[in-house]
Amino acid sequence: MLRPLATTRSAMGIPTGRLAVWWVLVSEIVIFGGILVSYIMHRLGHASWAEQAAHTNVWIGAFNTFVLLTSSLSAVLAHQAAEQGNGPKAARLLMATIGGGAVFLLVKSFEWTSEITSGFTLQSGGFWSYYYTAAGVHAFHVIAGMVVMGFVAASAMKNQDLHRVENVGIYWHFVDIVWIFLFPLLYIAK
Amino acid sequence: MTVHDHAHHRNYVKIWAILLALLVVSVIGPMTGIRVVMLITAFGVALVKAYMVAKNFMHLDIEKPIVHWTLGVALVLMVLMFAGVAPDVMKHEGRFWKKTAVAADTSQGHGRTGAGHGDAHH
Amino acid sequence: MAHAHAEPHGTPGHGGHHEQTFFQKYIFSTDHKMIAMQYTFTGLAMGMIGAFMAYVFRMQLAFPGSSVPGFGVVSPGEYNALVTNHGSIMIFWVAMPVLIAGFGNFLIPLMCGCDDMVFPRVNRLSYQLFFLSAVVLVASLFVQGGGFAGAWTAYPPLSAVGKYNLTPLGATLWVIAVALEFVAFLLGGINFITTAMNSRAPGMKAFDVPMVVWMIVIASILFMASVGPLIAGAVMLLFDQTLGTGFFNPGRGGDPILWQHLFWFFGHPEVYVVLLPALGIVADVMAVFARKKLFAYRTTVYTIIATGVLSFFVWAHHQFIAGIDPRMANVFTITTVLISIPIAETCFLYIATLYGGSIRLTTPMLWALAFLAEFLIGGVTGIYLGASGADIYFHDTYFVVAHFHYTFFPIAIIAVFAGLTFWFPKMFGRMMNETLGKIHFWGTIIPFNLIFIPLFILGAAGEHRRIFDYSTFPELARPELQALRIIATVSLLVMLAFQFVFLYNFVRSMIAGPRAEKNPWKSNTLEWTTESPPPHGNWVEMPVVYRGPYEYNHPDRAEDYWPQNEKP
Repeated sequence: MLRPLATTRSAMGIPTGRLAVWWVLVSEIVIFGGILVSYIMHRLGHASWAEQAAHTNVWIGAFNTFVLLTSSLSAVLAHQAAEQGNGPKAARLLMATIGGGAVFLLVKSFEWTSEITSGFTLQSGGFWSYYYTAAGVHAFHVIAGMVVMGFVAASAMKNQDLHRVENVGIYWHFVDIVWIFLFPLLYIAK
Repeated sequence: MTVHDHAHHRNYVKIWAILLALLVVSVIGPMTGIRVVMLITAFGVALVKAYMVAKNFMHLDIEKPIVHWTLGVALVLMVLMFAGVAPDVMKHEGRFWKKTAVAADTSQGHGRTGAGHGDAHH
Repeated sequence: MAHAHAEPHGTPGHGGHHEQTFFQKYIFSTDHKMIAMQYTFTGLAMGMIGAFMAYVFRMQLAFPGSSVPGFGVVSPGEYNALVTNHGSIMIFWVAMPVLIAGFGNFLIPLMCGCDDMVFPRVNRLSYQLFFLSAVVLVASLFVQGGGFAGAWTAYPPLSAVGKYNLTPLGATLWVIAVALEFVAFLLGGINFITTAMNSRAPGMKAFDVPMVVWMIVIASILFMASVGPLIAGAVMLLFDQTLGTGFFNPGRGGDPILWQHLFWFFGHPEVYVVLLPALGIVADVMAVFARKKLFAYRTTVYTIIATGVLSFFVWAHHQFIAGIDPRMANVFTITTVLISIPIAETCFLYIATLYGGSIRLTTPMLWALAFLAEFLIGGVTGIYLGASGADIYFHDTYFVVAHFHYTFFPIAIIAVFAGLTFWFPKMFGRMMNETLGKIHFWGTIIPFNLIFIPLFILGAAGEHRRIFDYSTFPELARPELQALRIIATVSLLVMLAFQFVFLYNFVRSMIAGPRAEKNPWKSNTLEWTTESPPPHGNWVEMPVVYRGPYEYNHPDRAEDYWPQNEKP
């Protein structure tokens, strides 16, 4: 469909799409903030939760951190390619980012399967409820990001809407940053 | 969009390598066995990594101030929420009352983790 | 919508020459005006459901145990479900969609001189999610056990345990409906904020924007910054309800007070989220019908921003007797009393706008004036509740109910009628009938006060909320008090009867009212410079702005108004 004239204006000096992504992040900061602040308050108040936290696997967590950091690299390189007008290259780098997200989710599913079969379920106690909920909401955002990124990559392949590469990248970096904090909160602090 | 051209003098791969090095530091920290070191490496590194991703990958450093302010306000709100809620959730006893369910819970966990988080109990 | 090419510029005012099917035009439209209508009509329909619920439970309160015509005998469980869903529906499915999404969608692109919102497809998606949330909520009323009966505040453990609330299915559907509604408004908010910030007409500076746009944008920002913790809480509550977690269960390591804090951290800014658009509508209506510039426009904006900021610091005044730390109660009392200052200031600024103006008592103006008078009562009674000492007595009594109806009713009903009667000509291209409008006005306002003043008295007498039958409370079953309940209920019946006047006026005018010209009210703002109703794309030639929106009775002009887009 034809894009409205409104979308192309820029009274703030920031392109509309990018301005919108920043506002999305504002609301996401308070969503994740709500979960994590609640978790931190309980964690600080219940020494026994540290015992439970000892059962998370820091190596898997670290590997997933590595995966997401690398996928952020490919996302920003995709932005660089888009800036240079190279849509197909940007698309390929976005696909690599999506691939990183897929690896992340795959590792997480193995991790959770192993934890659940060891008896650590969502209902196993306070720590585990927050563990699965926080990481689960995060994973939901990873999936959503991958889907949107797929559409952006498809357009970029045809050299269309290249400005969206940067915008979806900003969202992806935010999802990465959330994980950067989830990692010490759920895996290292023991 | 040309504002960003000069930003691409950044070496993204170099920044990624630094991030990975920081990741290694945060994993090694707990191995020292010293609690304070572990906390500093874990959360200090997280803060540095987040800052680096925000600055270098999200290009927040060359973004307009209104964006910084808005994101900053969201973060401040989370601190505010913590400040307003923590006295009720983290306090387990007062002059004439006690959260019995929690008391039972924490007494089990106390031995293993040593001092625990003493500042949670006023 | 037949094309799929990536041309970045929409042709301004391509006037909808391509024939749209019924579905394209009315159901799957991306045009902000149609989406506005969708939100508004859905909100008004939900309002009828919410009003019916109020009718039923007020009949039960006035005539306990009697069969209510159109419903039957009200059981205690049904009573709880009625008050729960009345509150939830009126706030989330009436006030928010009509005030923010309805007026916001209609007015923001028009008042800013745009051809549409910046993300029309996201806009459509937001309505679809909202509609889905309404369907889920209505469905919840018909599942086994009936609608959720744990109060609109949904405190656990009552809301988390089906055995306690007796409506486990309804409770889960309610949480899902609320969560969907939140996501819909997050999406919608992106459009309102980005369009107003970025897409203003050439020459339109930030302070050339009409007050209602500022208000809706600030309200959207407040919403986006405050709803997150409750979304987190809703996920946790859903898991507690359905997956056996214990987020709010102290025996499982959780804390029920956490829910209260998560709820009210959002809940308090939320009341300003709905207040601000109402204030905006009233400001713009007053300026037009006082033929006078808005008094201290910039000060008003700064004051409202200050109110918005402060609104994040007052939330625990809803929890004074919940067992919170009394030292925190002191803090929240101070901040709560403080926030009355900018609100009072805003009321004074509005009165100053009227002072010396050439007042035209049209129907919209009557509603705007009534807003001011009634909201003042609501605001003043809030101060009693904000003082934690007094609140120990008043909390959970009908005093609170009367207070918040004296604020919510002006917001969700009075201001909405002001807006609908004012912008009706622009929305539908016809004029409403003034006489019927005035009859409707008086038939609403007088009974409104007769409903809620008795409730203040009952509350001060100690009448507790959320009780379905007071006949078992000897001190509350006294005949004088029951008489007050009956007065309130009868007044509600009268008020509801008068709404049919509005319905008739609304529908008849839409079909057969006199045709409206472009600018029947001689207003300055941009929406009045295009056709009534505006075409797809809004203008053939996009407007350029040369001045602010409130240049009424300017000394250099013969006419008493000066449209924003008129060349100097």
